[in-house]
Amino acid sequence: MTWIVGIIAAIIMGVVPAAMAEEPINIGALLPMTGSVAAFGQMAWDGINTARKIEPEALGRPIDIKLSDTKSEKVDSANAVSRLIEKEKVVVVIGELISGNTIAASDYAERTKIPMVSPTATNPLVTQGKQFVFRVCFIDPEQGRVAAKLALDELHAKTAAIIYDISQDYCVGLKTFFQREFTQGGGKILGEVMYKMGDRDFTPQLSRIKSLKPDIIYAPIYYTECALIAKQAREMGLNAPILAGDGVQAPELIQLGGKAVEGIYFTAHFHTDTISTPMGKKFFELFTKEVGKELDSYTAQSADAYFVVVDAIKRAGSTDPVKIRDALSATKDFEGLTGKITIKPDGNAIKPMVVNKVKDGKFVYVTTIMP
Amino acid sequence: MDYSFALQQLVYGLTVGCLYGLLAIGYSMVYGVLRLINFAHGDLLMVSAYIGFFGIVIFHLPWPVSFAGAIALTALLGILIDRGAYKPIRKSPRINALITAIGVSFLLENVALVTIGGRPKSFPTPGFVSGAIVVGDVSIPTLSVWVFVVTVVLLTLCMAVVKKTRIGIAMRALSRDMETVMLMGVDKDRVISFTFALGSALAAAGGIMWCMKYPAVEPFMGVIPGLKAFVAAVLGGIGSISGAAMGGMILGLAEVFIVAVQPEWSGYRDAVAFFLMIVILLTRPTGIMGERLPD
Repeated sequence: MTWIVGIIAAIIMGVVPAAMAEEPINIGALLPMTGSVAAFGQMAWDGINTARKIEPEALGRPIDIKLSDTKSEKVDSANAVSRLIEKEKVVVVIGELISGNTIAASDYAERTKIPMVSPTATNPLVTQGKQFVFRVCFIDPEQGRVAAKLALDELHAKTAAIIYDISQDYCVGLKTFFQREFTQGGGKILGEVMYKMGDRDFTPQLSRIKSLKPDIIYAPIYYTECALIAKQAREMGLNAPILAGDGVQAPELIQLGGKAVEGIYFTAHFHTDTISTPMGKKFFELFTKEVGKELDSYTAQSADAYFVVVDAIKRAGSTDPVKIRDALSATKDFEGLTGKITIKPDGNAIKPMVVNKVKDGKFVYVTTIMP
Repeated sequence: MDYSFALQQLVYGLTVGCLYGLLAIGYSMVYGVLRLINFAHGDLLMVSAYIGFFGIVIFHLPWPVSFAGAIALTALLGILIDRGAYKPIRKSPRINALITAIGVSFLLENVALVTIGGRPKSFPTPGFVSGAIVVGDVSIPTLSVWVFVVTVVLLTLCMAVVKKTRIGIAMRALSRDMETVMLMGVDKDRVISFTFALGSALAAAGGIMWCMKYPAVEPFMGVIPGLKAFVAAVLGGIGSISGAAMGGMILGLAEVFIVAVQPEWSGYRDAVAFFLMIVILLTRPTGIMGERLPD
């Protein structure tokens, strides 16, 4: 019997001081930890955890992050956000990372009046008509415009072909914006082909593109498919330059694509070369020391979402979700790690855009464009 | 669409078709003997891909050893799945076994997810499969030649085993009348294990070639090929080996040509595959090569 008493005593001694301390503030992390865009979720999780080490508390209370996996699926995103809100009692949610899943999850957050901040969902529909949904990134009409400018001015392309994922809001949206801007700028879209998430064979689509002989291929898609598409294209002798969006910035692009992805240009949120704020330098140092991985867009954007959320809780002076919402919408010139962040009344952020390139198996910084 | 463009698509379509066909044979054989649709079959492709991947990358084995090991271990896993999950419920209604098969499929996927993680890994491709043979305007990837040759060899071997050997005769007999065959003194469990081993080995071979062509190894990589192979098996007439191979070819060619001819429909590639299945099932309920049902 003594061992039972011992255990009970240990539990009481362990629990009582914790209970006497301030109750933690629960923040939800709604991330795709598994599934087709798992790389994004895992990079974001590293970012949020490192950010928490820099800002571990608000209002004198420790911050607790509750993770919920969306499996990179829309239905699971909606379930995961309701679990965070109903079961974990979070006061604010960081996530999701890709547009389709964020749109699927935001409906529940909006109805239950829990603010949600997406680090990287770029489709305009994410925040449209919603009071409680914000983001700390640029939006796709801007990304499409920058990509079209890049194609016309830098890559000197007169014609383009597009390959995109018909099942992802991000891909369909960005494709439309690029198409509009590229045509307005004097370019010509020769044709577009599509596929569905999970497809692995793109040879008929690519041979169609090959027969059109475009100057460039625009691929507003995610990293796994982009790597396989580049590989299959190069194998069949289709060597037109590929231009992509922020959805390809994951180490997997280079691991899976190898030599085939060399020279791919893409618009992105961030590159370590652009770090200019004190917060950025501090974070970069800590992240390199503790995690030791490459500091990419999804890590940096998610850390910034965390900092913006903590800043809003501090300014709200309360953990009331409605007050946090008001504070979030008043975020102005906040010095994050990716630069100054201002959130407009429509929930979107004003952010510069970075252009990166794959060179010698690395993401290399090319230029920054203010949309 | 000109002549060489069509020939080029034929090459691509046959490659995809061979891979579907290899996987479909396993579905068909297990169904033929047990009247069980083994939904975990597609996930064996994933298992063999991971074993091949770890063999080369972690244990630095030469690729022939690693691939042979992957095929052997996957065949063993096939037997274990049958012994562990299907044998205890052999006497239960058929729907129980079907649901169990779905459970085994989820189990394999999620064990891989938890132990290895969801991020795709790059499959190391041996050098001899890269490059292409150019004939006129048509380029035939070396890998496609390999896929085609390996598929034909395995298919022939498989047919020979089923038609000529004692165990093959036992397999065919079991599929006709299980009880009578048992009365003749045939060890039923040995024959069933052999069926699973053979089917799983084919799935493993298909998995390795699949990864060489689409080098992203992840826990759910077997779901879509598994589903397509199931369609191929049903198309060709489930239970028939040559039918499964033919179903795979038809499906592969149909998918490639629909995209090549009508690029606007490329998002509906899967819809086309399933539409084809519905049409064939409506006109020939037992598939192209299936046995005719007694009226």
